[in-house]
Amino acid sequence: MIHRFLPLLVTSAVLVVGFLLCAAQFPNFASLRVVGNLLTDNAFLGITAVGMTFVILSGGIDLSVGAVIGFTTVLLAVLIEQGGWHPFSAFAVALAVAGGFGAAMGAVIHVFQMPPFIVTLAGMFVARGLGFVLSTDSIPINHPLYAELGDLALRFDGGGKLTLPALLMLGVVAAAVVCAHWTRFGANLYALGGNRQSAELMGVPVGRTTVAVYALSGLLAGLAGIVFSLYTGAGYSLAATGVELDTITAVVIGGTQLTGGYGYVIGTFIGVLIQGLIQTYITFDGSLSSWWTKIAIGVLLFVFILLQKGLLAVWTGRGGAPAEA
Amino acid sequence: MTRSVSGPSRTLPQYGALAAVLLANWLLFPDFFSIRLQDGRLFGSLIDVLNRGAPVALLAIGMTMVIATRGVDLSVGAVMAISGAVAATLTQAGWGLAPVLAASLAAGLLCGLWNGLLVAVLRIQPIVATLILMVAGRGIAQLVTEGQIVTFTSPGLAFIGSGSFLTVPMPVVITAILLGVTALLVRMTALGLMIEAVGVNRLSSAGAGVNTPVVLIAVYVWCGLCAAVAGLVVAADIRGADANNAGLWLELDAILAVVVGGTSLLGGRFGLLLSVVGALTIQAMNTGILLSGFKPEFNLIVKAGVLMVVLLLQSPTLTLFLPRPANPRPVRAPAKPESPSPSAGA
Repeated sequence: MIHRFLPLLVTSAVLVVGFLLCAAQFPNFASLRVVGNLLTDNAFLGITAVGMTFVILSGGIDLSVGAVIGFTTVLLAVLIEQGGWHPFSAFAVALAVAGGFGAAMGAVIHVFQMPPFIVTLAGMFVARGLGFVLSTDSIPINHPLYAELGDLALRFDGGGKLTLPALLMLGVVAAAVVCAHWTRFGANLYALGGNRQSAELMGVPVGRTTVAVYALSGLLAGLAGIVFSLYTGAGYSLAATGVELDTITAVVIGGTQLTGGYGYVIGTFIGVLIQGLIQTYITFDGSLSSWWTKIAIGVLLFVFILLQKGLLAVWTGRGGAPAEA
Repeated sequence: MTRSVSGPSRTLPQYGALAAVLLANWLLFPDFFSIRLQDGRLFGSLIDVLNRGAPVALLAIGMTMVIATRGVDLSVGAVMAISGAVAATLTQAGWGLAPVLAASLAAGLLCGLWNGLLVAVLRIQPIVATLILMVAGRGIAQLVTEGQIVTFTSPGLAFIGSGSFLTVPMPVVITAILLGVTALLVRMTALGLMIEAVGVNRLSSAGAGVNTPVVLIAVYVWCGLCAAVAGLVVAADIRGADANNAGLWLELDAILAVVVGGTSLLGGRFGLLLSVVGALTIQAMNTGILLSGFKPEFNLIVKAGVLMVVLLLQSPTLTLFLPRPANPRPVRAPAKPESPSPSAGA
């Protein structure tokens, strides 16, 4: 039993050890304020990464999430500032649009049997393009509700607080864990990612599951877009570029196999926190240049992939992993 | 040269797409095909398309072979940034042209070797393996330039980007040379066949005696080299290296060019020239959108639309619904031994 959770345990250990090392060097690091900020700053990334984990578990990939976040922020800004909509109705529309967009991509992937990589790449172009068409400027959102929502937080002693974005992320992660392990949809997802043909023969509704998983990823990207617009107080079509790669990185660090069928949502959450920790450390240090973040994450990615490969080779007997298709 | 992507039925859509886009440009902009000679260099919209399309075309040459082995190289944009950063930094440090070029290309080779080793020896999925360098590579490029935008004034290096040879702009010349060399390498030797074999089935090609690790490493090294050349051209063109933005998202354009060129992402048969045609089609579209006075914002949507149409035409499901007589050859040749691609029936 232990070996199933080994990648997850290693990832968690890296987070804990990393945090302790940071705390040893900077005594202020181990405070609720830093932890609270870590959660708030990475909330949109965490929410997106949950959707990405589902897609990857099903054996696919979604490159459009960053663009969907950017599009959602612009859509919100345009609806609220220029259209005079109430933020809550704008949120509802944005979520519906983002979810529908994901569902459409899932349908194309399933019906035309096209590689998810290229379909979601086209989706990325479409979403960024639509954002540009709406507006190429960064539009500030000045609705009073935004200020109220921004102030909303669970406060703790010592300046620590869990803001609305952080709470949303924790809620999404918790719901996703339940969904992945204790629902029929979750079981279908793992089956589909493990082996599509066997899943089909077992009676898994492949088409419905594929559409649903991309719709979910789109929906969560839309939610991340709402969080991002709350966090920055603006809508900008170039917002969140490269987030798709950050989320894929988090998923891989979290121990999920990119071939699908194996992995845990909670691992992805830890992966997001590890990336955030590296960034926070570099901010604390002050003398390290920002590019060390990228190099450190690259090295981490490499180490984790090697670890996974090593573990897989041990499980499946000697001679390394079978050829991955 | 496109031996296994043979016959007009296979290549017609790609050339047709380029012709259609060029024709549309001409209708919108009657001066589109006019070319004039000025100061010993050709000018005109058509030359502009070739010139600006060169970096993506260069990337597409390497990417085609990687995709033909059923892989993908996401790191080419970052490799461009690294090679440009190396070239600009060394030039600023007073190195001569030849060692600068050698160092810059060597950097690309090294990056390709890293990717190749991960894919071939450690057997990591290509998307993940090259994701590592895509994330870390831009950091390395920034490390080289120390976060600055390094500019240089060396006329020798700048010549690569903005000079001309026999009135043809240098980027176009370089692309043509690299295309020629690559085509010779893969079509005049057994290498091309081996690449296709690995793409169709890595295990059985290994069983048939193909040294798959060497083929895979060679392909990724060549892709790294192509990316380094593209990085040099871009850096030389702007006479500086911007580690943050050089080649940003060009890996996606390169993949797009290869797909528009008709090479399947599922590996197997590939067409080098067609990928370059794909790159030029994309560039012609960009130019057309600019010339037509459309907002450049529509650029991405049009690109996505074209991508979807090309993909739909290649989709196995849709082809079932299409009438067969679209194929001009009367016999549908079930026995066509040299194209064992799984999607050959598509």
